Amino acid sequence: MADRKFSKEHEWIEVESGIATIGVTDYAQGQLGDVVFVELPEIGRKVKKGEAVAVVESVKAASEVFAPVSGEVTAVNKAIADDPAKVNAEAEKAAWFFKVKLADQGELKALMDRAAYDAFLKTLS
Amino acid sequence: MSALQDQVLLRTPLYALHQELGAKLVPFAGYEMPVQYPPGILKEHLHTRAAAGLFDVSHMGQLRIKGADAAKRIEALVPGDIQALKAGRMRYTQFTDERGGILDDLMITRFDDHLFVVVNAACKQADTDHLRKYLGASVESLDDRALIALQGPRAAAVLARHAPDAAAMAFMSGAYLKVAGMACFVTRSGYTGEDGYEISCPVADAEKLARKLLAEPDVMAIGLGARDSLRLEAGLCLYGHDIDTSTTPVEAALSWSISKRRRAEGGFPGAAILQQQWRDGPKRLRVGIRPEGRAPAREGTELADAAGAGVGKITSGGFGPSVNGPVAMGYVVAAQAKPGTPVQAIVRGKPLAARVATLPFTPHRYHRAG
Repeated sequence: MADRKFSKEHEWIEVESGIATIGVTDYAQGQLGDVVFVELPEIGRKVKKGEAVAVVESVKAASEVFAPVSGEVTAVNKAIADDPAKVNAEAEKAAWFFKVKLADQGELKALMDRAAYDAFLKTLS
Repeated sequence: MSALQDQVLLRTPLYALHQELGAKLVPFAGYEMPVQYPPGILKEHLHTRAAAGLFDVSHMGQLRIKGADAAKRIEALVPGDIQALKAGRMRYTQFTDERGGILDDLMITRFDDHLFVVVNAACKQADTDHLRKYLGASVESLDDRALIALQGPRAAAVLARHAPDAAAMAFMSGAYLKVAGMACFVTRSGYTGEDGYEISCPVADAEKLARKLLAEPDVMAIGLGARDSLRLEAGLCLYGHDIDTSTTPVEAALSWSISKRRRAEGGFPGAAILQQQWRDGPKRLRVGIRPEGRAPAREGTELADAAGAGVGKITSGGFGPSVNGPVAMGYVVAAQAKPGTPVQAIVRGKPLAARVATLPFTPHRYHRAG
């Protein structure tokens, strides 16, 4: 399994053969609370690192999911749009949001590994 | 951390209990309040509709206005018909200003020699000052009391085990009762659309009372998050969002709370403006809005007609767990206020199909005297 990286905006990313799979972290779903709606990007959309690409709404509020890397959207996870509660149940497993064909491998360096992300979470409470 | 958070937050007498229950505490109206407990808003909401929920609403303002003429005197500040209330009966009304705008909404229970008044937390100081300015020293702020709401279809059976006399109470009535031996003021009322009670007790008894009720298998602790989704589905206004000084009770579709006598006689601030709106029809009205898809349309969302022209704005919106879909309320121009009228909600720059809907979204299940 490819190495997983994390952003400060609480997205996870996993790269295999130049394609990045992106989701939100378990911490993020916990902060959101019960997810009731997910809006996914269109396939083929070119996204820039840091751009708001998807929307996730809980009973409480709407939040944006940012692209942790630049590239072209190649797939979206329709299963979470059909059953948004999956984001709570399987945030770092089956509930990925979208896949991006990486435009710049170098952007991955700015992201955290699991240990760095866990340390970052400790600074938040 | 921002400097704005340096403001000292107040705590209710149930603060330690909220912490013990694992609540997520957030600042609300100057208080540190539980927004949700570990089960989460969805489960808390559905549990309240299915069984019973306990809400700490001790941040709200409780006042007593003394005097046999208090009902008559307070009518100078509110459009509600308080004189028509029999002893022990309760009414929803509003404080209005000279322009007919709403300063706050409140509940008044009438007794022979006093009124018991409950106002919103964020407005309680202003309301107290306002009442004192007009009614003087007869206004007593009850800062030594907590307020606990017990709401849901099982609330009556639960409370009857601790206060047998509560079972026979009519909806929108109040009584001084012993609950589990503690001296309380109980009203059969609430903010969820369900049957239920609000129990005012001495601060010193609050935690003991809450623990007794929470020990009942039907009762779950419910946070402000579910309180908001419950009241939204029930079509009930949230002050500062759905109503404020820029909205009149007529525009807010609260004319039902104003009797024929008060409409004709006036005698409250802004009466002439309300009377003109009853005569000519208000220019805009508060209505329900039901988005047709799954995406919630939240507070501040602009509403447009089919041609894209602005017709209003959403003032409360989110996901209704019992409706199992998005629900909202807001103001639209009177011509678009008929239930079923199609509108577009502009969410993140995109128009979403929605319709004007009849409130409430979930039928009220208040206790009817048998």
